[in-house]
Amino acid sequence: MNKYDAIVIGAGHNGLTNAAYLAKAGLKVAVLERNPHIGGATVSRELYEGWYYSNCSYVSSLLRPEITRDLELPRHGLQVVPFGGGATFMQNGDHFGNYSDYARKYREISRHSKRDANAYERYKADTSRQTRLIRPFLLKTPPDPTSLKLRDLKDLVEFAKPFINMDEEGLLDTIKFWTTSVGDYLNEYFETDVIKAQHAGSGIIGTALGVYSPGTAYVLLHHYMGDVDGNVGAWGFARGGMGAIANALSKSLQSFGGEIICDANVDRIIVKGGRTKGVSLKNGDEYFADIVVSNLDPKRTLLDITDERDLPKDVVQKAKNFKIRGSSGKLNIALDGLPMFDGLDPKNPLMAGDLHFSDSLERMERAYDDWKAGTWSKDPYLDMMIPSLTDPTMAPPGKHMMSVFVQYAPPKVEGREWTDEDKDGFEKSVIDQISKYSPNFRDLILHCETRTPREIEAEVGLTEGNIFQGELTFDQLLFNRPFPGYAQYRMPIKGMYMCSSGTHPGGGVMAAPGANAAREILCDLKRPNTVPGSYADD
Amino acid sequence: MTNYDAIVIGAGHNGLITSSYLAKAGKKVLVVDARSEAGGCASTQAFTNGFHISDCAQWVHQLDDKIVQELSLEMHGLRLGKAKRTIALQASGDHLTLDGDSLSGAEISAADKRAYKAFRSQMRAFGKLMLKLYRTRAPKMVDADWGDRMTLLSLGLGLKMMGRKNMQDMMRLVLINIYDVMNEHFEHDGLKAAVALDAITGTNMGPRSPNTVFTYIHRMVGEALGNRGVSQVMGGMGSLGGALLSSAKTQGVEVRLGEAVTRIIKTHDRVTGVELSSGDVVEATAVVSSADPTTTYRDLLGYRHIEAGQARRVEQYRTRSGTGKLHLALSGLPSFTGVSAEDHSQRLIIAPSMDAMETGLNPIKYRELTSQHVFDISISSIEDPTLAPAGQHVLTALVHYVPYKLKTGWDSDEGAREQLLESLLEQLEAYAPGIRDLIVASEVRVPEDFEASHGMTGGNWHHGELSIDQSLMMRPFPGSTQYTGSVEGLYLCGAGSHPGGSLMGLAGKNAAEEMLKQGVLS
Amino acid sequence: MSAAERKTMLLTTPFHSRVEQNCELNDWGAWQGYTTPNSYFDVELEYFAIRSTAGVLDLSPMNKYRISGPDAEAFLNRLVTRDVSKIGVNRVGYAVWCNDAGELMDDGTIFHLAENDYRLCSYMRADEWLEWNALGFDVTINNESDDIAALAIQGPVSCTILTLIGCEGLNELKPFGIARFDFEGVEMMVSRTGFTGDLGYEVWIDPSKAEALWDQLFGKGRDYLIKPIGSHALHMARIEAGFLQAKVDFVPAEIAVRPGRTRTPLEIGLDWQVDFNKPLFNGRAALLKQKEEGLRYRFVLLDVEGNKPAEHSFILKNGKQIGIVTSAAWCPTVKSNLAFAQVEMPHGAVGDEFVAEIYYQRELQWTRLMAPCKVIDGPLFNPSRKRQTPAPAH
Repeated sequence: MNKYDAIVIGAGHNGLTNAAYLAKAGLKVAVLERNPHIGGATVSRELYEGWYYSNCSYVSSLLRPEITRDLELPRHGLQVVPFGGGATFMQNGDHFGNYSDYARKYREISRHSKRDANAYERYKADTSRQTRLIRPFLLKTPPDPTSLKLRDLKDLVEFAKPFINMDEEGLLDTIKFWTTSVGDYLNEYFETDVIKAQHAGSGIIGTALGVYSPGTAYVLLHHYMGDVDGNVGAWGFARGGMGAIANALSKSLQSFGGEIICDANVDRIIVKGGRTKGVSLKNGDEYFADIVVSNLDPKRTLLDITDERDLPKDVVQKAKNFKIRGSSGKLNIALDGLPMFDGLDPKNPLMAGDLHFSDSLERMERAYDDWKAGTWSKDPYLDMMIPSLTDPTMAPPGKHMMSVFVQYAPPKVEGREWTDEDKDGFEKSVIDQISKYSPNFRDLILHCETRTPREIEAEVGLTEGNIFQGELTFDQLLFNRPFPGYAQYRMPIKGMYMCSSGTHPGGGVMAAPGANAAREILCDLKRPNTVPGSYADD
Repeated sequence: MTNYDAIVIGAGHNGLITSSYLAKAGKKVLVVDARSEAGGCASTQAFTNGFHISDCAQWVHQLDDKIVQELSLEMHGLRLGKAKRTIALQASGDHLTLDGDSLSGAEISAADKRAYKAFRSQMRAFGKLMLKLYRTRAPKMVDADWGDRMTLLSLGLGLKMMGRKNMQDMMRLVLINIYDVMNEHFEHDGLKAAVALDAITGTNMGPRSPNTVFTYIHRMVGEALGNRGVSQVMGGMGSLGGALLSSAKTQGVEVRLGEAVTRIIKTHDRVTGVELSSGDVVEATAVVSSADPTTTYRDLLGYRHIEAGQARRVEQYRTRSGTGKLHLALSGLPSFTGVSAEDHSQRLIIAPSMDAMETGLNPIKYRELTSQHVFDISISSIEDPTLAPAGQHVLTALVHYVPYKLKTGWDSDEGAREQLLESLLEQLEAYAPGIRDLIVASEVRVPEDFEASHGMTGGNWHHGELSIDQSLMMRPFPGSTQYTGSVEGLYLCGAGSHPGGSLMGLAGKNAAEEMLKQGVLS
Repeated sequence: MSAAERKTMLLTTPFHSRVEQNCELNDWGAWQGYTTPNSYFDVELEYFAIRSTAGVLDLSPMNKYRISGPDAEAFLNRLVTRDVSKIGVNRVGYAVWCNDAGELMDDGTIFHLAENDYRLCSYMRADEWLEWNALGFDVTINNESDDIAALAIQGPVSCTILTLIGCEGLNELKPFGIARFDFEGVEMMVSRTGFTGDLGYEVWIDPSKAEALWDQLFGKGRDYLIKPIGSHALHMARIEAGFLQAKVDFVPAEIAVRPGRTRTPLEIGLDWQVDFNKPLFNGRAALLKQKEEGLRYRFVLLDVEGNKPAEHSFILKNGKQIGIVTSAAWCPTVKSNLAFAQVEMPHGAVGDEFVAEIYYQRELQWTRLMAPCKVIDGPLFNPSRKRQTPAPAH
């Protein structure tokens, strides 16, 4: 009865995607979820009556359109609505409006600096060149450069081709882009602090790096390479909150006959004779399958639910060395009305976008210095949104739901666990910052859910509360993700796989790791592939 | 009417090495330098009555043994001191000694000792591989010619030969930060910091900056080049300059010191010579600049004489530095707590922990003074008593992190230099009580000072930050790689070209070899 | 709406009150962040105003950069491919510029206003590129796009009308010459330049006098059948005259994303603009190299059989695609069907014959037409009045 072809651990979006593709190929699949609800970090929760919080991930762009379409997510209820840009409020009372309409954005940059408006055209072309390079590889298994297998060599050549097709300078510029800091990169284009700060945000969100840390220009790309309806770089809200993605995926999975079992907390992966045989739960229940796919991050997968004796020593070491660094927290706030900001018409589409209050690279870097010193940022970088301006289902009419992503928040405070006082201090630094720019904000707060890395880890099981399930630095990207030699979703134990954001191409609600892992599993089972290929970019 | 085959700008080590190799091949070479002494950063300066200091570089740790041989530098008077141990001073007084692959002291665990050996051996392997790339021009990748393809092939082969595990590690490590790698390998905070120091010297990065393993491997190339740790040059660093000068002269190189090149002359579309501060114009088939790229293009050639995209590249070339220096003339031997009298001649470093280094770095990002410095100390007069009056001593220390420019300016009314000196002495005194009482003369030098005295833009010791995007085939920047300048007739041979600085001499040697191979002087 | 938000709307030019009055079709487009008419009353008739009376185009959104200082000429000479020293004071020259790789960035006109004082008009914004170019030069660059109102008055009676509003002796102004007149107490600069290939002038004046200028022109010009023209009519005229347009006929180098999409001036029929005798200009080394190694593409003017404009057509030779059309229009004055195309080398010598694969739609049905076409030697529209000095009366 508890016997399946494949068991997927964790009903986050990658686990559900993976299971859906396995089920679509005819496998009998069960997804085991620790929580009473599914979704992992793609959830909508009613934590205050009438208000729905996307209390972890809160916006969507990277979700692969190939998967959305192939798994018929729109039919299963998913609707992604783009939002209109965003803004950075400045200390001098002005703001920078990051309009999604290109011409309007151009005029807005011109308002701050004509020269920067002109430079933005070059910036946009240069970053587009980079997104074009990476996008085709999101739905592919990374080749292993150390391998001599025909498939790896072929894939490697394919991977190298667009790089070789560039001219020498283009290639060197690409290497620069992939290794430099977002601060240095932006300095090569812009002169205006607020314009640099506005664009630098995408270079640090979700990472434990500062705007001057080499490698953050790539993180920028990670936020630019998605699209909404083909508009590369655009972001949107899932109607009904991010839980709509998990719900649609689960319906799709169930339409293929897959099963989801909640309140099933996995304790151990059962290994016999070097093969996975199933899993045992904390409550003693056992589920059996020859294929076990973990959607937990690499550390939890290999160090928590796998017996160390079943693993080669070097893999244990690699898992220990895998960098998952908590760097962010979140506030979800129920508001009695719409907060007002100086100089911005409440009807302006920017209000429905991502709002920020860090108007210089220096302020952002200082926020990072606090994190290095083991405390939360006293002047944090915020990525604040009011989804209820786009999606009326998130709050009662006239009321609003606010989502505030906060960087930086350390996994531990000065080396010790977070305390409730720490949490209050963290919350205060955020509320204080927003209040500085919005006089009526404080009075509108009806309920506030504050999530430090401690809460995120406890609820969702994201180690240290890291949203990408592992740093997006080059040593953990592509064929290095999660670590060299194991980037093709297979674990050293026969029948065991990983499909989490800790694998290529990483986090951000892409569903690509789940799909890529399914392709490899089906390949090993010699079953026909059910996973779609990438749309070609024009 | 061309007088010389080549004019080399700058009689620093790279300039002299290029000159010597060109002259050895029978070329007529002139070297010009604004300073009255040869050697550039390898310089010795009279400090105060009877004291002499290495006023810029203080250690040799990457000098290519092959160059020493080929240019007979020992015959020309180069004498290196004994390889030094590194003593990492701990606040507890229980210090840690790093000597080659072995560790001792400071309650270091057996695990750390084993790990250190393994770590060094792997880094050495990477250094060796890197040396393949360092001994030649860095290959182009798209416009690669046969030579470039051979280099790439040999590199690829070398990578494969290291074995799969090393190759996987290299892929992971090459862009990572030293902070994580230290934490992965070692337990002892002082040990981690001591190794991290080697990764950040001469940069404006902290241990947490990705890229710092690359800079560490760069440093490890020194071992592949025949250096065993750091050593001092007998007679002060200027003696290295002196030996190189003497060798160059023997090869027939003409040297004009105390005369600055004021501009590089371009006639129609190629570089044809230089103008000197005396007003003299000297012509040559090639002008080879060992000045840093910014100085070469911006100040000597002038942006108006290159294409605008190239000028943009120069402007965007990063030359920030976080390294300053402390110079002390001492009336007697200071006493560092817990260090034996004899061991004071070794390399003493103060780097309590990587986090402390990182905290020390923070203020310089905002051009502010830090209160937590990292020291790399040499009391050179112990091994070489000629540097100070009998019984007296000189102490020089590389000090991190010192901002290039201060928000308020180094020479403002606030007395920033005095404040810095005071802060440094206070920190030093914690490890060497009573050192203040021995001070005969003192001086702090900030990056801006090195820019003024040694002509290094930004005071950057590497003639430009040694980050991946400014290294190897990208050094100094696209359009000016492989030692060939962006204007015909102009060549680069300084630390701003591949493989960079640290008194290695390879940039100078590679440049000369490249020019000879291409036959640009015939 | 806050003042800051207002500034992000499409802006209006100094002539807007008059333009709006005359824009009977209410057909607007955007040009450089300004709202400008696509057409005023009838595209066809607007076009014919250019060719038979006088058409007036509001040029104000054009990018205008003032370049002055002791190094102004040297600066421009390094920037553009042609020899700027040949543009005398009070003369205007067409120019193109490249990046270091020799890839075309934009084209425009250089006005030599006075010793060491120039104005550069460009299609693309160039603030940043000009700033990088200024490194090492003693030169001041000022974006004066919003500080000057400008109108183009193009067509056979343009000179007559301008003379009526006070431009005495304008008929003596040579093509590409600059003259200055008083207009209600301020200086009005007139250059004999334009984008139509006809006799025509461009008038430059302080924005405060813009409306007065418009009123005078249309008052005095009424009897001469002066008409406002929109961008669609201009488009027809510029194709007929053989003028290229950035973003249409070539991709400006610094905003090109896909490899291989840029073109050098040599590949786009602008080799006459490249003066290799100059010791230095951006892209010189790369262009010299390309000249030696050979071009990849050639720009051609095609005379296409039939009357269906060959817009977006493939160009075929023996059934194989060898090029694409970038601009095409039926040209009413020369009565011919013209197309600009880029073809792969070695194709494209004058007289070469190809086939244009044209698709056009009539009542929902698409038709594929294989129209023979032939490479011609230059624009067919080339009236003598364009060159004559003194300019003919009508």
